[in-house]
Amino acid sequence: MSMIATRESFGRALEELGAENDKVVVLDADLFNSTKTEYFKEKFPERFINLGIAEADMIGTAAGLSTCGKIPYATTFAAFATGRVYDQIRTSIAYPKLNVKICATHAGITVGEDGATHQMLEDINLMRGLPNMVVISTADDVETKWAVKEIAKYNGPVYLRLSRYKVPIIYDNETKFEIGKGIQIGDGKDATVFATGVTVEEALKAKEISSTEGIDIRVVDIHTIKPIDKELIIKCAKETKKLISVEDHNIIGGLGSAISEVLTDNYPKKLVRMGIEDTFGRSGRAEDLMKYYGIDSNAIIEEIK
Amino acid sequence: MKITKIEALEKIANRIRMDIITEIYYAKSGHPGGSLSIADILAVLYFNEMNINEKMPENELRDRLVLSKGHASAALYAALAEKGYFSKEELLTFRNINSNLQGHPDMTKVKGVDMSTGSLGQGLSVANGMALASKMDSMGYRVYCILGDGELDEGQVWEAAMTASKFKLDNLCAIVDCNGLQLTGNTDEIKGLNIEDIEHKFRSFGFNTITINGNDIFSIINAFGVADMTKDKPSVILAKTVKGKGISFMEKDVNWHGKAPNDVEYKKALDELVERDKEIDKRMEGNN
Repeated sequence: MSMIATRESFGRALEELGAENDKVVVLDADLFNSTKTEYFKEKFPERFINLGIAEADMIGTAAGLSTCGKIPYATTFAAFATGRVYDQIRTSIAYPKLNVKICATHAGITVGEDGATHQMLEDINLMRGLPNMVVISTADDVETKWAVKEIAKYNGPVYLRLSRYKVPIIYDNETKFEIGKGIQIGDGKDATVFATGVTVEEALKAKEISSTEGIDIRVVDIHTIKPIDKELIIKCAKETKKLISVEDHNIIGGLGSAISEVLTDNYPKKLVRMGIEDTFGRSGRAEDLMKYYGIDSNAIIEEIK
Repeated sequence: MKITKIEALEKIANRIRMDIITEIYYAKSGHPGGSLSIADILAVLYFNEMNINEKMPENELRDRLVLSKGHASAALYAALAEKGYFSKEELLTFRNINSNLQGHPDMTKVKGVDMSTGSLGQGLSVANGMALASKMDSMGYRVYCILGDGELDEGQVWEAAMTASKFKLDNLCAIVDCNGLQLTGNTDEIKGLNIEDIEHKFRSFGFNTITINGNDIFSIINAFGVADMTKDKPSVILAKTVKGKGISFMEKDVNWHGKAPNDVEYKKALDELVERDKEIDKRMEGNN
């Protein structure tokens, strides 16, 4: 099975998008070989801007470009694309609702060996708390390529969360995606596992293994965390016995919190929130870290039982 | 009566000052000191320098202005109203609930405001983005960015200064309102910033630097002329100004950074500005 990190899919999709839309410009804070904007850079050097290790400046420059009709994709690691520049995003992008796409690679503990400073676990929380911001977190190559192109058609600020962890291809090319609509995989009634980004694959593995034990679950890929798919969440709450969310993010403020808000308002029901338990990450191999922090398929299976 | 350009602009700057003080008086809050100090710069920008048309505020070929020191919103709104982007009556709604004239400029609410600002240090990066877009598409428009001298405490300004220089943004002109004061005191005492030092810093960052009296219309016009002619590097005008300029009891007094005048103070301020207007008229008569 071919494995591909969503940062790689992002880089390839951006290269294609560059050919399709000449308004697209790409900004990078001196990480283009890691964020994979290097493919765009090679094809369209005149529309590629490396701001150096200056993320705040990058966000502001993207804002300025967008006021003049450009569609800027500003990219760096999630830690520096959100926490470091929260106020720049808030004041210069979200408040004026500018057409800037903040594309953050290296989200979550699955960054691995670089450790806590580079493992952004609070970015969903920060970005979904901003008015006007759309928050998307993709699970595989097909979904990522769709998202990269789809957000160019939407006029407004978007945060796209990407990973360096390699994942298999989940979706076929015929899959229909829509911003704000989750994807239900299977219709098991024993439990719903809501997942996003790298945990979608873990949830699918858990689904397969638990089915051999006679437990029939469904997986819901919440690729758009804001605006979230309320109807689908309420439907699953009504149809399944147990509700679980799993994310490579702090359990405070991320996917689990967003689902909890929908349930509280509409259909109060217990949700087991799996994620990083309000702590910082640590160095290690991505697989080992997912096991250590309890967000891998085994941990999900344990929770389903 | 012969109206020379200088004196016409002086009268406009004076009207901007009247409107600034009126806005803040009606709102019972706002930032008079740093608004009054840039009135002359705005008069020259909007009525002499910038290629803009108030009838076509969205024209993609227009010159842009980013008021990075967004707390001087009262001055920006006064200049826009004077230019005709919206009515002067609207100025009386400044900072009120339901008003488009927010405490700090909101580009989504007010025609002619090219960027929302308020959190200091961000405007020069935004102006760079606009200047880059102009160059990418060979549009030829210029971008102006007004910063406070206290604002230069913010590190992002210097990230942006490197970018402007690296990309040879000669269509960018920054203006630093060097009034020497920030909220709690003197810029030099707080973070070691005086006008000579600021000039050295920008020069070492690759800017063409132009130091002038920023409350003198003639000097401002000439400074923009020099900036317009400069090639392959960005320009910065170090505009030496007086905080609270034009209203005697507000001048050089840090206490007028962010408070509104009371009834008596408002009347006194307007009286002084009316006197100033008469002086300009007399000078114009004399020129006849």
